[in-house]
Amino acid sequence: MDRTTPAPEALHDVELTVNGQVRRARVPARRLLSDLLRHDLELTGTHVGCEHGVCGACTVLLDGMPVRSCLTLAVSVSGRAVTTVEGLAAEDGTLHPVQRAFQEHHGLQCGFCTPGFIMTACAFLAEEPAPDAATIRDAMSGNLCRCTGYAGILAAVAGAAEELAGTGVDPRERHRPEGAA
Amino acid sequence: MKPPPFAYHAPRSVEEALTLLAALDGAKVLAGGQSLVPLLNMRLAEPAALIDIGRIPGLDVLEVADGHVRIGAGVTHERLRRDDAVAAVQPLLRRALDLVAHPVIRNRGTTVGSVVHADPAAEMPAVVALLGGTLEVASVRGRRSIEAADLVRGPLESDVAPDELALELRVPVAAPGTGSAFVELSRRHGDYALAGVATEVAVDGGRIVGARATFIGVGTGTAVLDLSPAVAGRDAADLDVVDVAAAVAGFVEPQDDVHADAAYRRHLAGVLAGRAVRAAAADALARAGAGVR
Ligand SMILES: Cc1cc2nc3c(=O)[nH]c(=O)nc-3n(C[C@H](O)[C@H](O)[C@H](O)COP(=O)(O)OP(=O)(O)OC[C@H]3O[C@@H](n4cnc5c(N)ncnc54)[C@H](O)[C@@H]3O)c2cc1C
Ligand code: FES
Ligand code: FES
Repeated sequence: MDRTTPAPEALHDVELTVNGQVRRARVPARRLLSDLLRHDLELTGTHVGCEHGVCGACTVLLDGMPVRSCLTLAVSVSGRAVTTVEGLAAEDGTLHPVQRAFQEHHGLQCGFCTPGFIMTACAFLAEEPAPDAATIRDAMSGNLCRCTGYAGILAAVAGAAEELAGTGVDPRERHRPEGAA
Repeated sequence: MKPPPFAYHAPRSVEEALTLLAALDGAKVLAGGQSLVPLLNMRLAEPAALIDIGRIPGLDVLEVADGHVRIGAGVTHERLRRDDAVAAVQPLLRRALDLVAHPVIRNRGTTVGSVVHADPAAEMPAVVALLGGTLEVASVRGRRSIEAADLVRGPLESDVAPDELALELRVPVAAPGTGSAFVELSRRHGDYALAGVATEVAVDGGRIVGARATFIGVGTGTAVLDLSPAVAGRDAADLDVVDVAAAVAGFVEPQDDVHADAAYRRHLAGVLAGRAVRAAAADALARAGAGVR
């Protein structure tokens, strides 16, 4: 095959339910899910660091399960549901308990790694509602932060677990402040 | 850090996938993408076409049948790791998968993909080589089974041909009287290991009757080391592993890299193998005591 004169790139229709809304885009097959979210759908909360799976900044939930959006072709997950950090705070802007915990416990400085940590934490707490310190450390070990030294992040996840305990809230879902419909 | 252009196909059946693989020059199978997409992003791979097998029904088989664990090409590391029925009959799978990457990577990466990818630092090719078993593959030319011993030819080179699709991996269940362990050292849990060892030990009447090991990260590919001469006849409950390190040191061929030098890796492989053999012996005794077949 002649690689010097590539044929014009074919486009594919991708349809995703992003944070509860059906979103469509027409993109080349090589469009990464991270870039689809950021460029095509203008959801820039998902951050991109290393683009080879190591840093975790791009972590989003795919059908409720954390995945690296930088290692996922958008076209390959068409038809599925994606939750990004934009899908967590309440409609009125009230922060989700995990987001609030990061703020309260100094779980961020520059904030670049934060969306990935928060999505990872939400999926983790959905599965392990009462984790001990060692389990939290292990669960967060796939994400890198160059600012905080991690102590605040671990404290934030522990704090969020405490806050969520017994509420029956699924931390992967959009926050509903008490009293809201 | 963006993939180069490629044609994309998402076949809905194995037959359709095989026809595409036969017809398209430079096509590659896309499974979980956890090894392939990084290579695309770094432009270390430039396939002309990707055949995404994620929409083929029937590749997600995961069951214990006829003395084997059947692991379909669509089964993720994490699904396999969590399966209690599998862990009961072949505990080494879960023990090794606990060490494969982080959960977020395991959620997408497939065990069959890992074996086909044949990374010399990957845990699962070493496990499959140790336990035996087969990889079932198909192409328009027909189907065949690749024996574990023939599966990995070299670093990042498996016996699966470019036009072949791996359908499922079959790993034998643990034999009575055996125990197993996977021990590795990595800088962080979930990172690729500096060195690691998978072992299976057979015990009879409280004494070791056989021990074998495979290694990762120390240049031995998936070759199996017979450690029986170093430990056979010894008391499984109070195992002396002094001779293991010497046997291992003569077997491994580590190289220097930025993470560790060869001498350290050689030392490490011996120490880890001693620990692994001890742990596997204890496991064999525990399984025998618990009345596991
Ligand atoms: C940050 C990070 C850390 C990691 N750490 C580890 C680790 O510690 N240990 C470890 O073992 N692995 C690790 N991995 C790799 C991971 O295990 C991969 O998931 C696995 O190696 C490949 O599986 P996949 O389904 O993602 O395959 P893909 O990336 O989709 O494919 C890999 C290769 O196999 C071929 N292939 C895949 N499936 C088939 C098939 N059915 N038939 C024919 N060819 C096929 C593809 O064409 C490609 O060449 C890590 C990955 C990342 C990103
Ligand atoms: S950007 Fe995806 S893991 Fe770093
Ligand atoms: S807060 Fe800056 S990288 Fe984590």
